[in-house]
Amino acid sequence: MKAFGAVVAIALALALQTMLDRFLARGPAVDLVLVAVVYVALTSGPVAGMFAGSVAGLIQDSLTAPIVGIGGLAKAVVGFFAGAFAQQFIVTATLPRLLIFVVATVVHAAVLMGLYTVLQSGTLAASWTMIAKQALGNALVGAVAFAVVEAVPGVMERRRIARRSRH
Amino acid sequence: MAVLEIRQRIGWLFVALVFAHLVLISAQAKTARGMSVLSSIAFGTLAGIQGAATSAVGGVRHAWQDYFALQEIRQQNEQLQEQVGQLQLALQQARTEAAQSRSLQDLLTLKRDLPLATKSARVIGYAPGLMFRTMNIDKGSDDGLMRDMAVIAPSGVVGRIFHTSPGSSKVQLLIDRNAAAGALVERSRVQGVVEGNPTRFGLLLKYVSSSADIKVGDRVVTSGIDGIFPSATEVPSSGETASTGGGFPKGFVIGQIESLEKRGWQYDNVVVRPAVDFSTLESVLVVLKRPTGEAIDAAIGRQGAATGGNEAR
Repeated sequence: MKAFGAVVAIALALALQTMLDRFLARGPAVDLVLVAVVYVALTSGPVAGMFAGSVAGLIQDSLTAPIVGIGGLAKAVVGFFAGAFAQQFIVTATLPRLLIFVVATVVHAAVLMGLYTVLQSGTLAASWTMIAKQALGNALVGAVAFAVVEAVPGVMERRRIARRSRH
Repeated sequence: MAVLEIRQRIGWLFVALVFAHLVLISAQAKTARGMSVLSSIAFGTLAGIQGAATSAVGGVRHAWQDYFALQEIRQQNEQLQEQVGQLQLALQQARTEAAQSRSLQDLLTLKRDLPLATKSARVIGYAPGLMFRTMNIDKGSDDGLMRDMAVIAPSGVVGRIFHTSPGSSKVQLLIDRNAAAGALVERSRVQGVVEGNPTRFGLLLKYVSSSADIKVGDRVVTSGIDGIFPSATEVPSSGETASTGGGFPKGFVIGQIESLEKRGWQYDNVVVRPAVDFSTLESVLVVLKRPTGEAIDAAIGRQGAATGGNEAR
């Protein structure tokens, strides 16, 4: 069930990200795929986070990046360490989650830029301002996503109870 | 324990995934030369392995070739050393022949310039004893050689024949203790007798008056009064016997005064260094002039002891 949920989350994130990229000409202020990967990692552990990041990154790379694998590697690293961190510490509160998203975004950007710098003669694609904005955006979206996802079962339960009471 | 193993497996899994991604990236990323990083790494690695293998094979091959080359070089070295030995021998022979040629050339010059009839002979042996100094030549009575005939060389007087056989002769060297020759000092015309000096392996000029004008460095030549060695007037001015400017022809050179001492009414121990290096003589000329009767008698008289000594020896 978790795996299915992870796949759905990533597919949804990829679809939404593709659409967002069309509308945000100056670059996305949020990386939904990364948010999905971190989410999977926090909820399912490092292995799931790692594979989710790898697969999602590869797909994203194949769609957007000139070199397939860099994004996959960056997201796999982020997913692995985010999952490992979540196994060691309690990250159920909002603030730690925000912080994890911020850090994950920075790490993701650092890996991306590092690899591109090495492989493409030092061309830095993004500024730290953009990265900071994306980190904040990812944190907000991630926190909202967590809240929504965690709220869904309660809402569904309440609706079901309400339906039963009507009948 | 199980948790630790799981974590280790996860860690290895992470490393494997990262490695897979790096391989994937490397397959696409281009190097500055346009080649993919994966190809470059693979090529570099394989090239390194290939280079190492080539070096190893080359090393073995070179070692093998060097081994055979060394064997071949060793054989060549032996052959070359043999050739060097042969060439050194040939060179030595050539030098010897050149020296003999020069010696014969000098002898021929002397023979041509000398108005006296001469016979060339080759030195075939020495008898450098302590008491007597003689040498053997390859000409004898069959060649017209007789006892007491003078033996000369381009550089000066050698001695006289004191024994002949049909094919060889024995020559008494001038430095023999029993040898003597009439001599004069070329510069002052002072006469005397030169005798062998057994103690100094040279010659002594005797019977020179204390008033005579002689000094160290004076050249001593034959005077001819002994009837054996040609006189100064018989020898033309050529080569070693050339005139020194006085216009008076000199005789055969005996040697040069090396030291002298005056005692009483005559000089004592006038040492003459021989002009001839007897140790290097190879060819000589025998003057085919029959000695005078007096000379023969004197020679026979002088040789009495010598011959007896030789026979006793």
